[in-house]
Amino acid sequence: MADSALVRAVRWSALKRWDSAVGALLIVVLLLSFTTVDGFGNALNLSFLIGNTLPIALIALPMTLLVVSGEIDLSVASTAGLSGAVMGALWNQGMTIETIIPICLLLGVVCGLINGLLVTRLGLPSLAVTIGTLAAYRGIAQIVLGSDAVTDFPSQYLDFASGRLGDTFIPYAFFPFLVLLAIAVVALHATPFGRSLFAVGASEEAARFSGVRVKRQKLILFTMTGLMASLTGVFWALHYASARFDNATGLELSVVAAVLLGGIDFDGGKGTLGGAIAGVFLLGALQNVMSLQDVSAQSQIVVTGVLLVLSVLGPRVARQVSIARAGRRAAQSSTG
Amino acid sequence: MTVTAPNPAPAAEVPKSSGTRLVDRVFKMRELAILLVFLVMIVITQIGNSDFLSEQGIKDLLLNATILVLVATGQSLVVITRNVDLSVGSTLGISAFAAGTYLQDGGNSTVAVLLAVLLGIGCGLVNGLLVSLGQVPALVVTLGTLYIIRGIDSIWVGSRQITAAGLPDGFIDFGSGGLWAVPWLAMIALVVLVATAYYLKHFGSGRELYALGSNPEAARLAGIPVRKRILAAYTFCGALAGLAGALYLARFGNVDSGTGYGYELTVVSAVVVGGVVFTGGSGSVYGAALGALLLTSVNSVLPALGVSSVWVLAINGILLILAIAVDRIVALRVATALKKRNARHG
Repeated sequence: MADSALVRAVRWSALKRWDSAVGALLIVVLLLSFTTVDGFGNALNLSFLIGNTLPIALIALPMTLLVVSGEIDLSVASTAGLSGAVMGALWNQGMTIETIIPICLLLGVVCGLINGLLVTRLGLPSLAVTIGTLAAYRGIAQIVLGSDAVTDFPSQYLDFASGRLGDTFIPYAFFPFLVLLAIAVVALHATPFGRSLFAVGASEEAARFSGVRVKRQKLILFTMTGLMASLTGVFWALHYASARFDNATGLELSVVAAVLLGGIDFDGGKGTLGGAIAGVFLLGALQNVMSLQDVSAQSQIVVTGVLLVLSVLGPRVARQVSIARAGRRAAQSSTG
Repeated sequence: MTVTAPNPAPAAEVPKSSGTRLVDRVFKMRELAILLVFLVMIVITQIGNSDFLSEQGIKDLLLNATILVLVATGQSLVVITRNVDLSVGSTLGISAFAAGTYLQDGGNSTVAVLLAVLLGIGCGLVNGLLVSLGQVPALVVTLGTLYIIRGIDSIWVGSRQITAAGLPDGFIDFGSGGLWAVPWLAMIALVVLVATAYYLKHFGSGRELYALGSNPEAARLAGIPVRKRILAAYTFCGALAGLAGALYLARFGNVDSGTGYGYELTVVSAVVVGGVVFTGGSGSVYGAALGALLLTSVNSVLPALGVSSVWVLAINGILLILAIAVDRIVALRVATALKKRNARHG
């Protein structure tokens, strides 16, 4: 009997974990949409859903690791915009796309490195630094490309970025994403590096004293975030067949919203990649469904905001309730 | 002899340790440094373009800064308590439109401004209640309300637009008029700024904002009503964002659903450039106002010097990074100096 109580307690705590709750919510939303929403279940729509969500998902991978370690990077959308703008400018110069893409990725690494060095070497708060580089990188993108739009990229690249596998719902670009997702999951949840990120996020001081090279790890994370952001920028420009300096403007807030919705604690030290990805696709699916139902884009913004507020209030309220219940139980057992 | 008032002397007579004085001086220097950068920039621009400091030029400079100064003043109160309000841009937008619709229907100008302020107070109260009672991270909550308020604004406004033609002439004249080169709007901002600075420096509840920003736990134990103070800071921030919305309407006469979009980042930049630190407990509203003045002047200086406006954004970002980097380096230097001094005296 004690055994079954234990099992029940474990199950209850798993349900109470926010990331599983978000995952369950995602499944519920998908099931409901499949059965009740016209036009949701067809392969073309699903491929649109995934394709439009991929930029957020790509950046959410390194962002999750960053937030777990207690930092944040708001400059990601600007880095993406900058690499798209440089891609367009170099393409106009007549360079081949095979040389341009590595240059753009390298540029992303440099952008991330600058953020990381400012945060780790000078000890500046990442929020302030990356608000600064948010403006700076976007500004450089504007200087590089002006108000031009570059659209004439080679068609095989455009097809890869916007096409899907035969008649299925899977975009080509989903496969590279799965590989990156696997790498990120292994890195965060199955390596000493990943475990130490949780330690850093929970208490940087304690992690440092127990031998974690905090600064080096954060520098690596910022650099990886820059790399992924520039990859997203390249993907964005090809997916929408348009390289402009204002590509992906405001994407940083969507990424942060999705990651926080997925149960990554903003104070660091808590969260899973599964939760983050569930959060990303939950927002993506909701947006898709609302568009199909002719809900205006403006109302969709409200839903995003409400979900975000609930995502931080929910766990907090749940904890309060469980504390209150534990207190009552303790009172009962002491009187009884 | 009767004692009529509690004697403040003991507190004043305690000699300040040399360390505190050094830190004080550094923070004064911080504001002086921004002022200096600002003046140098203005002088260089004036040399390069003699039309820059004409009556109209000064007026534009002040008008451009006014709205940012107001919102930055409110924001610094929130940042001093170790929180942040990202929803100010949305609040500004919705209040500006509310005031505009009311005026278009033939409303009274004063009531319109009050309406905008009240709407701002409402938004601020929601933020404040969520942060102080819900005990949730301010960044996340106000990111949420940024979306919610902007969304409600967009649904309500739709594709409608308020133009200067639909507004009373007196209101628009007020927005562009002034005493010689000093616009009325700038005077309003200045009054609010000075009053806020006085409150922060000389009122107990103002000092408590600093106390709870530098150490919330200690502040709670010292009996400061933390939740009430945070709620008040957010409400004030919302009220100023609402007022800024009304002034925006008076200045530009043109409001749609995108008004104030992305403004939160400019505001936060101004506050941080002005030396109000994200970790709470330090900085002044004068610093924030100077930061706002500096950032908006860059926008006017570059075109006056014939530099393309595409450079503005990049320069704003680099300014912000420079400001916090210099701050940090100075703070490290001061810390080393203090350590040395203590070692010598100890």
